[in-house]
Amino acid sequence: MLNIAKKGLLLLGMLASVAAFASSDIHLDKAPVNLGDNASLQRGAKTFVNYCLTCHSAAYMRYNRLQDIGMTEQQIKGLILTDAKIGDLMKIALNNQEAKAWFGAAPPDLTVISRSRGADWLYTYLRGFYRDDSRPSGWNNVAFDKVGMPHVFFEQQGEQVLKHEGKDDHTGKLVLETPGKMKPAEYDAMVGDLVNYLVFMGEPVKAKRVTLGFFVLLFLGVLLVVSYKLKKEFWKDIH
Amino acid sequence: MNGLTQLLGWVDDRFPLTKLWKEHLSEYYAPKNFNFWYFFGSLALLVLVIQIVTGIFLTMNYKPDAATAFASVEYIMRDVPGGWIIRYMHTTGASAFFVVVYLHMFRGLIYGSYRKPRELIWIFGMLIYLALMAEGFFGYLLPWGQMSYWGAQVIVNLFAAIPVIGPDLSVWIRGDYVISDATLNRFFAFHVIAIPFVLAGLVVAHILALHEVGSNNPDGVEIKKHKDPVTHIPLDGIPFHPYYTVKDIVGVVVFLMVFFGIVFFAPEFGGYFIEDNNFIPADPFKTPAHIAPVWYFTPFYAILRAVPSFAGTQVWGVIAMGAAVVVLFFLPWLDKGQVKSIRYRGPIYKYALTAFIISFIGLGYLGVQPVTPLFTFLAQVLSAIYFGFFFLMPWYTRMDNAKCKPEPERVTG
Amino acid sequence: MSEKTVDRSKRRFLIAATSVVGGVAAVGGAVPFVLSMFPSERAKAAGAPVEVDISKVEPGMLLNVEWRGKPVWVVNRSPEMMDLLAKHDDKLADPKSLAKQQPEYCKNPGRSIKPNLSVLVGICTHLGCSPTFRKDAGAPDLGGDWPGGFFCPCHGSKFDLAGRVYKDVPAPTNLEVPPHKYISDTRLLIGEDSKGA
Repeated sequence: MLNIAKKGLLLLGMLASVAAFASSDIHLDKAPVNLGDNASLQRGAKTFVNYCLTCHSAAYMRYNRLQDIGMTEQQIKGLILTDAKIGDLMKIALNNQEAKAWFGAAPPDLTVISRSRGADWLYTYLRGFYRDDSRPSGWNNVAFDKVGMPHVFFEQQGEQVLKHEGKDDHTGKLVLETPGKMKPAEYDAMVGDLVNYLVFMGEPVKAKRVTLGFFVLLFLGVLLVVSYKLKKEFWKDIH
Repeated sequence: MNGLTQLLGWVDDRFPLTKLWKEHLSEYYAPKNFNFWYFFGSLALLVLVIQIVTGIFLTMNYKPDAATAFASVEYIMRDVPGGWIIRYMHTTGASAFFVVVYLHMFRGLIYGSYRKPRELIWIFGMLIYLALMAEGFFGYLLPWGQMSYWGAQVIVNLFAAIPVIGPDLSVWIRGDYVISDATLNRFFAFHVIAIPFVLAGLVVAHILALHEVGSNNPDGVEIKKHKDPVTHIPLDGIPFHPYYTVKDIVGVVVFLMVFFGIVFFAPEFGGYFIEDNNFIPADPFKTPAHIAPVWYFTPFYAILRAVPSFAGTQVWGVIAMGAAVVVLFFLPWLDKGQVKSIRYRGPIYKYALTAFIISFIGLGYLGVQPVTPLFTFLAQVLSAIYFGFFFLMPWYTRMDNAKCKPEPERVTG
Repeated sequence: MSEKTVDRSKRRFLIAATSVVGGVAAVGGAVPFVLSMFPSERAKAAGAPVEVDISKVEPGMLLNVEWRGKPVWVVNRSPEMMDLLAKHDDKLADPKSLAKQQPEYCKNPGRSIKPNLSVLVGICTHLGCSPTFRKDAGAPDLGGDWPGGFFCPCHGSKFDLAGRVYKDVPAPTNLEVPPHKYISDTRLLIGEDSKGA
């Protein structure tokens, strides 16, 4: 009986993993996420506050949580552009209705964007803008077709275009037509830091969660040994 | 020590404490051959307690208001000390509840635990299953994410498919023309108060019914048939306490290792326990590309989608989905086998059960996939197998009786 | 049933060992739930120290500031007010501020850091009403020899301009002095003292 159930569960597991790896519509580049790299996270935090917080809120994230990635109170206070206090949430002044009128859609809150979109999608997205004159902003994106967001980093990255190889090439390749202030590797590194930060911001407690997990499981292992011995001792009566 | 004995005596004169202890624990004689499949009842009770305790603490900070619900969950995850542990325990517990309950029901299937005289235990158990599904459904709306919203929208719209009264019924259930704040508030009331009370009552009834008759066992043998002539204790019975309390503690610890392994290392469980889309706040104007219910509902969802529209109405799918759950209630009367446990059944039943398990898991997989002609056809085939297991059971279990092995008189272990 | 002898001491030991480890597990499991009931980050942020610009507070004026949901008064005592402060110790219940209603650095006659600036929590120590500012010395309804201070309308408690409570009134103790410090001559920080609140 155990056999049948085991086979069934194995089948389920296989099917589940197939479903999980089911290909999405576009190829996603691997984001260089490293939550242990505080320097990278701090650079990403600065980029986020200076560029993204203009239009996007991070309304569930407090500035003082940045202490978790090694920033001091002074450094954080220096980062805050508004008159927000260090204990405040990263809210913005931009009004949703106005933003919708300007961009076609209200810029979403980014606090947990890494948990819904995933790091690879964000990394591909932020490096995937290309010139498209059919769009109101003049920009389109390989990861998010007809996106309302303009290319905030066009000065750094430069301008890409989408080149189709032949008639049958539907997806096209991104080609850097006009170089920007940063070399491609530099730009990728900046975006990598930013995505790293977004992953951190999605779940700031993650590192602590994993560490605590080791101790909890270790402790439960001890409890297992001692409770199993207890069971065995009592069941001597039966066997 | 004497003081304690005196206190116990005082209580016993006024409340059947020692009597209950003896009747249900130290002198409740359970078969001595319980195996792995017998852990899941006590585990289900444990998960119920985990859900209630974590639920109470979540309610201290959660706001059941469409404007602030999503934010209140993130508040719990970030600003409430230890809030993230409580939240992850609750989401993991919800899925764990269904894993444990499905395995517990499977035990019932293979050992004939639903057979006479235990039909009522099975019926209470099925009612618990229904209440649990309702509890999960109501609870899932509360985070107010995209999946919460649209999942609820789809399921409540099923009621709109009922002829004549459907649309009005849906409006009454929702309290509005679409899923809205009114719906959220009432689902919160159901999830936090109404159904937990119902669940607790049903669990008590389930255990009382069990203790009235005594437990079944992997051999399907009634241990009360052979009792010691002097003590009247079943020869194959052992007192639940200390033997099964001590054994169940081990089961609990193993379960907690898996449970906390998930809580601390993979709380989203690949997007199956906490779905990616639910990190996007509910947007009534934007439907996600794939709306799928949480994994534990997917077999029934697949059956719902497999049934085509007929005579201008979609209600047949709804009826089929409902029937898929209701048919389980009738199991005690559909099974005409002579023996209870699969150990002594013939090959026909074993093939039937295997086919049923494959269909259940297959339907579960299909339930998360988008609709395609191939998948719809497969779901129809598997649904037929699913219903066939039950509707054909009176016939093939009778046939199987010729091939079954003799049940032993005493347990074999 | 088996006829082997039961090793009672081993059973006792194993029961004890399992109970101890299990007990630790139970306590550990309870920790997040107990912790979750402490003030959240949101509560702590709302309760954070408040910075006040005191440059415009003229002598004799009272500035009302909110800190942790409570009214806090910043009173600039004029020279006349400070004069009158020393003259009525016999009418006060706790003139030397022996009860712990103020930080150590405010255990002086004026109950303040700067002699002229009094920082007081504006909640009557009787049952929590907010007293009115009665700086009018000699007010007839307060007994003619009123040196200025605070009068609570709910049950008639009286406090002087250092927040010290009068005898024979319902309020038992002096008004609370919150932790505070001056970060410059014009800026006062309420809710934190120099040692770090």
